[in-house]
Amino acid sequence: MTTETKTATSIIACHDLAFGYENKPLLQKVNIAIPQGDFVCVVGPNGSGKTTLLKLALGLLQPTSGQIEVFGKAPRHARGRIGYVPQHPRLDPLFPVSALDVTLMGRLGRAPSLLSWRGKDQERARQALDEVGLGDRMDHHFAALSGGQKQRVLIARALAGDPELLLLDEPTAGLDAHVEEGFYRLLEELNKRLTIVLVSHDLGFVSGFVKSVICVGRDVLVHPTSEITGEIIADLYGSDMRLVRHDHRCSEEGHQC
Amino acid sequence: MLAFLGTAFFDAVRDHHFMQYALLAGVLASVSCGVVGSFVVIRRISYIAGGIAHTTLAGLGVVHYLQVVHGFTAISPMGGAVIAALLAAAIIGWVSLHLKQREDTVIGAVWAMGMAIGVVFISLTPGYTTDLMSYLFGNILMVSSTDLWLIAALDVLVLVVVALFHKQLLAVCFDSEFAALQGVHINRFYFLLLGLTALTVVLLVSVVGIILVIALLTLPAAMANLFARRLWQMMAIATLICASLTTSGLALSYAPDLPAGAVTILLTGSAFFVTALLRRR
Repeated sequence: MTTETKTATSIIACHDLAFGYENKPLLQKVNIAIPQGDFVCVVGPNGSGKTTLLKLALGLLQPTSGQIEVFGKAPRHARGRIGYVPQHPRLDPLFPVSALDVTLMGRLGRAPSLLSWRGKDQERARQALDEVGLGDRMDHHFAALSGGQKQRVLIARALAGDPELLLLDEPTAGLDAHVEEGFYRLLEELNKRLTIVLVSHDLGFVSGFVKSVICVGRDVLVHPTSEITGEIIADLYGSDMRLVRHDHRCSEEGHQC
Repeated sequence: MLAFLGTAFFDAVRDHHFMQYALLAGVLASVSCGVVGSFVVIRRISYIAGGIAHTTLAGLGVVHYLQVVHGFTAISPMGGAVIAALLAAAIIGWVSLHLKQREDTVIGAVWAMGMAIGVVFISLTPGYTTDLMSYLFGNILMVSSTDLWLIAALDVLVLVVVALFHKQLLAVCFDSEFAALQGVHINRFYFLLLGLTALTVVLLVSVVGIILVIALLTLPAAMANLFARRLWQMMAIATLICASLTTSGLALSYAPDLPAGAVTILLTGSAFFVTALLRRR
């Protein structure tokens, strides 16, 4: 961790950001700022542009207009400080890699490009696996791990590159509820030293540790978690949305809880 | 029966240079076959490898024609195959990166045109056309000492490149988007992988011929994949499987005077299906 004191600048800042495919606008007039240490959940219906927002932050997509800055720079120049956990990849069940092999891939940006991994990279990858609770599974075949364990390995892979910002795309899709719970506890722990932005299509998010919510719909709005009301959610998803109730209050009309 | 086949084969290996060369060619080619074949299988580019294999006929045909008609000796037909394979890899790679949705159509076109160029030049070449058959189905008994050196040199090249860049090659096969975010030039490594595939295909063409290459390139690696949990294990097992298949193919085909390439492929295919069935849970 760096010891230099940082001013309370935003880690991710969007200014009138817009993005669309061909002539179809997807995101418009996005103005958000994510401060250091935040734990943000990006929610919205399928196809609303949540993943697009993450890809813009990674510099994998370029905005049609407006600006997005990560650590005060163009996203592609900030990649070394970002840990990315993609949506569960469709993976060949025979792909010949161990959990450690996958985690080491997170060191590619830091290790010398030729020949094998250094002891230092191996060490860092082992620590990352320990941190996600898979220290005893390092040599296991990646494909043979359970869905939740695979997801943890992908987080370890992101952590191995010593990021300051963690971006996660639908990390809990397809996980059992109790696995998901443990998963959020891990993120809460990581949030003590990392800024976290998590994309989710379900609303299981409003569990204690999420600090703010970005709703991606017709407009992209930021709400502190405490302000999330049923009205906002109903507005975003339409009225027939079923909610997993956590600590927010639902309004009388709009949806059933 | 087997004992008879075995004795005849061992006697031949003891007595004839061409048998020793053939044996050595099979074993040497197996090294690249196991290493590169593993990448081809995990990156799922066997169709591309098939396309590259068939375009080598263009290189073989053109150089053969130049040799016979114009007395051109600067490159051997196998050298011509190397050039044709690398060219095909470059074209197919460019197409698959830039025209994603039409990739397979274009590979099919390159594949067929490469063969057509080869056939045209072979028919323009005066003399017997038996060469066509040996290009298509391989004639490992015709391997010369020059070919052996070329096979060995290509082996070394493949091994050095893979040793240097195995981290990036694996990452690109596993999750290329993530690799790109780590600063890996994924397109360059994709081309590198296709280049390695092209070189390996040429090695194997001399062993089993153009049409049968694809089986020898992918099936040993696919079998190895059923047992290996890490890439290097897969490569090592694939190399061993490939070497034993080419050697047994040669041994079994010798006494009854059957084509070695075809026998090798029949063995390879049978071994693959048996292994796959046995490992099915």
